[in-house]
Amino acid sequence: MSTTTDVAPYTVVIGLEVHVQLLTQSKLFCACRNRFGDPPNTNVCPVCLGMPGVLPVMNRQAFELALRAAVALNCKIARFTKWDRKNYYYPDLPKNYQISQYDLPFSSDGYLEIPVEGGTKRVGIIRVHLEEDAGKLLHGEGGKRSQVDLNRAGTPLLEIVTRPDMNSPAEARTFLEELRLLLRYLEVSDCNMQEGSLRCDANINLHVHHNGEIIATPIVEVKNMNSFRAVERAMAYEMERQYEEWKRTGARLGEVPKETRGWDENRNITVSQRRKEEASDYRYFPEPDLVPVTVTEEELERVRESIGELPAQRRLRFISGYALPEYDARVIVEQGKKFADYFERVARGLEHAKNASNWMLQDVLRTLNERGWTIEEFPIAAEKLCDLIRRVERREVNTHAAREVFAEMLEGGGDPGEIIERKGLAMVSDEDALRQVVAAVLDKNPKVIEDFKKKKGKKRAQVAGFVRGLVMRETRGKADASLVEKLVNEMIVERAGVGFDS
Amino acid sequence: MTASEIVHLTARQLRSLFEEGRLSAEEIVSAYLERIRAYDRHVGAFLLVDEEGALQQARTLDERKARGEPLGPLAAVPVAIKDVLCTQGMRTTCASRILHNFVPPYDATVIRKLREADAVLIGKTNMDEFAMGSSTENSGFQITRNPWDLDRAPGGSSGGSAAAVAACFSPMALGSDTGGSIRQPAALCGVVGLKPTYGRVSRYGLVAFASSLDQVGPFAWDVPDTALLLQVIAGHDPMDSTSVEIEVPDYLATLDQPVGGLRIGVVREWLADGVDEQVAKAVEQAIDVYRALGAKIQDITLPHSKYGIPAYYIVAPAEASSNLARYDGVHYGYRAADYDDMVDMYCRTRAEGFGAEVKRRVMLGTYALSAGYYEAYYLKALKVRRVIREDFDRAFEQVDIVLGPTSPTPAFRLGERIDDPISMYLSDVYTVTANLAGIAGISIPCGFTADGLPVGLQLLAPPFEEERLLRAARMYERETNWHTRRPDLERVVAQFEAKQSASAG
Amino acid sequence: MALTKEEVEKVALLARLRLSPDELELMTTQLNKIVEYVEQLREVDTTDVEPLAHPLPVTNVFRRDEVRPSLPREEALRNAPDHDDEFFLVPPVLE
Repeated sequence: MSTTTDVAPYTVVIGLEVHVQLLTQSKLFCACRNRFGDPPNTNVCPVCLGMPGVLPVMNRQAFELALRAAVALNCKIARFTKWDRKNYYYPDLPKNYQISQYDLPFSSDGYLEIPVEGGTKRVGIIRVHLEEDAGKLLHGEGGKRSQVDLNRAGTPLLEIVTRPDMNSPAEARTFLEELRLLLRYLEVSDCNMQEGSLRCDANINLHVHHNGEIIATPIVEVKNMNSFRAVERAMAYEMERQYEEWKRTGARLGEVPKETRGWDENRNITVSQRRKEEASDYRYFPEPDLVPVTVTEEELERVRESIGELPAQRRLRFISGYALPEYDARVIVEQGKKFADYFERVARGLEHAKNASNWMLQDVLRTLNERGWTIEEFPIAAEKLCDLIRRVERREVNTHAAREVFAEMLEGGGDPGEIIERKGLAMVSDEDALRQVVAAVLDKNPKVIEDFKKKKGKKRAQVAGFVRGLVMRETRGKADASLVEKLVNEMIVERAGVGFDS
Repeated sequence: MTASEIVHLTARQLRSLFEEGRLSAEEIVSAYLERIRAYDRHVGAFLLVDEEGALQQARTLDERKARGEPLGPLAAVPVAIKDVLCTQGMRTTCASRILHNFVPPYDATVIRKLREADAVLIGKTNMDEFAMGSSTENSGFQITRNPWDLDRAPGGSSGGSAAAVAACFSPMALGSDTGGSIRQPAALCGVVGLKPTYGRVSRYGLVAFASSLDQVGPFAWDVPDTALLLQVIAGHDPMDSTSVEIEVPDYLATLDQPVGGLRIGVVREWLADGVDEQVAKAVEQAIDVYRALGAKIQDITLPHSKYGIPAYYIVAPAEASSNLARYDGVHYGYRAADYDDMVDMYCRTRAEGFGAEVKRRVMLGTYALSAGYYEAYYLKALKVRRVIREDFDRAFEQVDIVLGPTSPTPAFRLGERIDDPISMYLSDVYTVTANLAGIAGISIPCGFTADGLPVGLQLLAPPFEEERLLRAARMYERETNWHTRRPDLERVVAQFEAKQSASAG
Repeated sequence: MALTKEEVEKVALLARLRLSPDELELMTTQLNKIVEYVEQLREVDTTDVEPLAHPLPVTNVFRRDEVRPSLPREEALRNAPDHDDEFFLVPPVLE
């Protein structure tokens, strides 16, 4: 439950309608390229221009990707599915009907589990169906005429409709993050909200707890949310707005027509959109130009097998199989399939997978963020990184020196063993030699022992730390840190004649 | 050979005379163009005659022949094209003002196949606007007159194609049949017209009227030419999901083999109420011909066929209302000159661009699909459609061919039915059921009325049994000579002009 | 059940057809005649009858996910009543 519901006398109820474009080469019904960002009206042909006489033919890969997504969302897959025409006039819709699915969508009744505080929560999926995207309408300067670009027209699109199972803005956002992760894992969609390959509308209302009664307020549809953050903020805004409105009007669900509001990113508010004068009547009917599709149990089995491990399962396996803390498992998996694959290649050659996780989440991730790389662009092969960390595990090199090797590998490539050797970074763990270094440092800094005696408790540990730093500097960072710690502690106590906690 | 002799030949004869070097493609094409120039101002079969393109194509064929290159099965044969089929670079209007200037950037699959067969595309023929009508009077551009009697309609919607063949403007033509639009004008113009099984011929590039009913099909003077043209256009097309992957037999190879033990089912109710007496008589005589050939004749009943027209006038307009939504003045075609905003632009463009019948059907279809009426009309009509299909399934368990008249009347007078939509709709009463059921049908000439108007005999066969249909039709044709009669255009025009000047005086 | 002029007007807007008062009058009369005519479908008992939307029982027709050349933009725009070098142009549409 969200914190809001603890303080406010209502529960917020959110359902999402998500559209994602599928990662096919060509469009849903024609062989034009399915690609974002090309010059306007260059990926068009008679079919996606809706010219007289043209006919659609379904892209097999689009249907396969749709199946993969629906299976991963735990949906029931219809054995028989068909397409319907949704009729409405709009200049970005060349045929003035959209080929979509109405009464027999190819899948329904699924769910997605999302991580929430203290566990997971199931968000129900009402249906997933496959349809075609519309083109784009641009409003040119001066407002004299609008421009129509049909490159996007006919792009395969999945519509995913959830149950109203989310009870906080944060849950709505988490759902979207989890969905994006899943669909990217499946290579179904790149789910890029900026480029519009993932779009989201929300239905939201409140269940107000009032005088022992639970009152449902009117459902509002919120559009124009262009990022996950926008979804979260729009929901947070709308929740409070609806509560204020309810206090003012007392309006209940069903008493007023459904309102559509748009999220205004600049003003951080939702704004009521003008209601259409004409009630929509889409006049759905079976698309006569496409034949129905039947799915057999064997095909479904093949899809299930092709899916492999999903992010949620992988997180669990990382926790149980690699003994990773939950946080590490979550963050690694969230970075995407390729990142997690890389992690596994590193972890498999190590004593402790946690060491791989530390390096991945600190050094590797920091580098990727700084340089704007994906893991595929990361220049150090997993095997090389594994080699380096293994040398740390075997105490051939300490972490400090390993970072130097890492930096060298990042810039110039090369082999960890060779770099360690060339730069003389092998760990110094000869106890006698180190003892001499510590003695020399203490001789050179007699004040240290005086300080140690004067101070108490934690302050004494600080003094020891200072000495360790000097010793490390003396050994150019190559000394075995734990051995240094042991020797420094022993020798300080010896010289000062007092212990750490006296 | 004179031009007049050339235009009275069949496509097969033209093809072999060309092959044998006795006629050049240019001679053939010129003869037809001359005939069109002489008479089409009276008949009005063509919306566009591609003189230059056709002659150019003819010369190319002559050169290729001279070089000894292989030539296609329709080499040097002119084919007239209903203006509902997209022809790359050649205006395609569907006889609608809303597409008055539309030049497709692509060829319909059947057009591509014609080009590959070396046919000469001679021009685009008139039709009822978007194929909606049974008289070709709903054309947005012109009237087409029946070459047998210029006062009368050629039928429709493929009236221009039927008239073009009947007037010997072209030995063959392509049409489209949604509720009878090939068979009915074929009957009224005294030529052969075949509607293939739904899925036999690609619809890609056929401008859609009612997608689940439309099929492209051939017109010709006789059954062998019809078979020849069907052979060229039939077959699976990956661009049309509803075209079926079933092998196309060699129709001409078996055409002259009679169907052994042919069982013919006569639809009794089609020869009872509402059919013209002379039409009924001609059909009965045709039945006698089959009987004499040893066919087993039995009466059958299609109890739900009377619901064909009402079911059709829900299903077809419903699909049409959606298919025709794209004519909105945005991507091609006509756009109104004055409008207030986007919605107004749509409404005025469509109001000005569409004719009355198209508007009527778009309205009817929109209504039938709209909230609250979908189940009562559209869904009900689809259920009746299945019942009609099942009538045929039962009939074909007993017989090989179903027989009846093509049209209840011979060619009717221009203007006679135009103000009464339902009377016009009933012109298709015997043909629509084949479209609803998706089966194959043919109309062949089977006689003339006392006024010299042709009568058509309709034969129907189960899905993908075009071979059987053609053979059965050919059995009859060999015994009769109706298909060899041609209208005497010179006389018909003279009579018409005399009558015109008499009424004017 | 007869269609009123108001209903016909609503249908005309759905169909994006502007009808003059005379046309509306005539359309109402004619549509009512046709609707009355098709009402005879009610006589047919269709209990337990599945609707027939596709005449043939064909299923699962797909194409391979392959890209083929699109139209040159000039070709794509050529037939448009109003266009510039890049776009189809329409009257201003406000969200």
